[in-house]
Amino acid sequence: MTYARDVVALARKDLLLELRAKETLPAMLLFVVATLTIFHFALPAGTGDDATLGLLWSALVLTALLGLTRAFVAEREQSMFDALVLAPCDRSAIWLAKALSVLVFLVCAELVALPAFAAFFSAVDGRTIAAIALADLGICTVGTLFGAMAVAGRARELLLPLLFLPAAVPIVIGGVGGYLWFLALYDVLFAVLAWATFEYVVVET
Amino acid sequence: MRARGPSLPALAGACTLLFAVAIALAFYYAPTDANQGLSQRIFYFHVPLALTAYACFGWGAWKALLHLWKRAPQADLESYVAIHQGVIFGALTLATGSLWAKISWGVWWSWSSDQLVLFLVLFLFYCAYFMLRYSVDAGPGRANMCAVYALFGIVLVPVSFFAIRLSHDFIHPVVFSSHGPQMTGAQFLTFCVCLAAMLVLFATLYSIELAGKRLDASLRELRELLA
Amino acid sequence: MTPSEKYTAAAYLVVFVAVLAYVVIIASKLQRLEREVARLVELAREKQSG
Repeated sequence: MTYARDVVALARKDLLLELRAKETLPAMLLFVVATLTIFHFALPAGTGDDATLGLLWSALVLTALLGLTRAFVAEREQSMFDALVLAPCDRSAIWLAKALSVLVFLVCAELVALPAFAAFFSAVDGRTIAAIALADLGICTVGTLFGAMAVAGRARELLLPLLFLPAAVPIVIGGVGGYLWFLALYDVLFAVLAWATFEYVVVET
Repeated sequence: MRARGPSLPALAGACTLLFAVAIALAFYYAPTDANQGLSQRIFYFHVPLALTAYACFGWGAWKALLHLWKRAPQADLESYVAIHQGVIFGALTLATGSLWAKISWGVWWSWSSDQLVLFLVLFLFYCAYFMLRYSVDAGPGRANMCAVYALFGIVLVPVSFFAIRLSHDFIHPVVFSSHGPQMTGAQFLTFCVCLAAMLVLFATLYSIELAGKRLDASLRELRELLA
Repeated sequence: MTPSEKYTAAAYLVVFVAVLAYVVIIASKLQRLEREVARLVELAREKQSG
């Protein structure tokens, strides 16, 4: 029970910080709409729905990347990592809380992105929405872990896309094809792995 | 400090011998493929290269696990060297695969070849491993991160492979049989020898690189002692 | 040579060249280690005599 309480407290802290600073979420919203606009002009006229759906997936992955890059910046800039790691809670709780807060940002961005996509291009069906929901889980679990790694390096903003995008290839394949069971499998597999290994990624320095 | 297992000269000797036999078998013993002709012989290097690259990534992940689990002191370095070898073998897989695609299908790159696409993804993933390693200051933190990343990599291999298989359903509406043309006995024997040769090559290069890295570390220690 | 022969030869050569490149890299590393050892020997001699 204390584990759940720790997770909620940590996630609440992230969301409150965002509510005060308003840095990440507006950036994600603007980014995703701007990307869709770019895509409109990048596509030749009369492009089929399949092609635009593929672009929606690229826009979502890139937007998620933007959010993930920001995820650990506060900890890094105020060197809170050490304090967080020394806190008397299970370290995987830090990961879970961070993944949850990123998930909230991502879902908020999608609440804008999907209607915008429907207005700009074509309507999205229920299967796509379910696929996006499952993909979000995978993106947040893997992305948060890699984000914690990238932030430790010198080239942090540069590093995360390199680490994350190859791992996101199966998500995009599963998402575009609408293989919900595959996305669920991906989520479970990597969530367990990330949950088990996160404690090794954050070490007190 | 001394490495266990077979000595380096023995490995290098076995590697030379196996390669001589492998190339001789591939060109003079294995029958020429009825459909593809001579270029089918690329198979005898391409597929063993790919399998050896998997073996490298697998070995790297195993060492990473040993590092995290047993805190084996040398495991971080060993994992790094194995993944380094894996990237080299992976790059060679891409190069030979690209050549094979050119001669069989007339294009340098074919998205319908599972093996090639998977290696592209893995190549990108494991190249980022080096970016990570060189971006973080050396120490226990870096060793842990690299180990975790290596473990993710080995899980990503089957997941990506599966995903790429799935992607054919909506990108290439072509039926891919999971059983390719069956190999004849002579072809299979040649293939096995080539695979053994590649694996021993990996073991040799791995030992050489590891010996070099250990020597480096010892020299650094010696310099500190003398200074 | 037919194209088929060319590409097959190229595929095998790529591996050969990669191994040779590896030898070059290891050779340069060996040279560096050699210099390093020479320097350390010098240092050790100075210590002994001085």
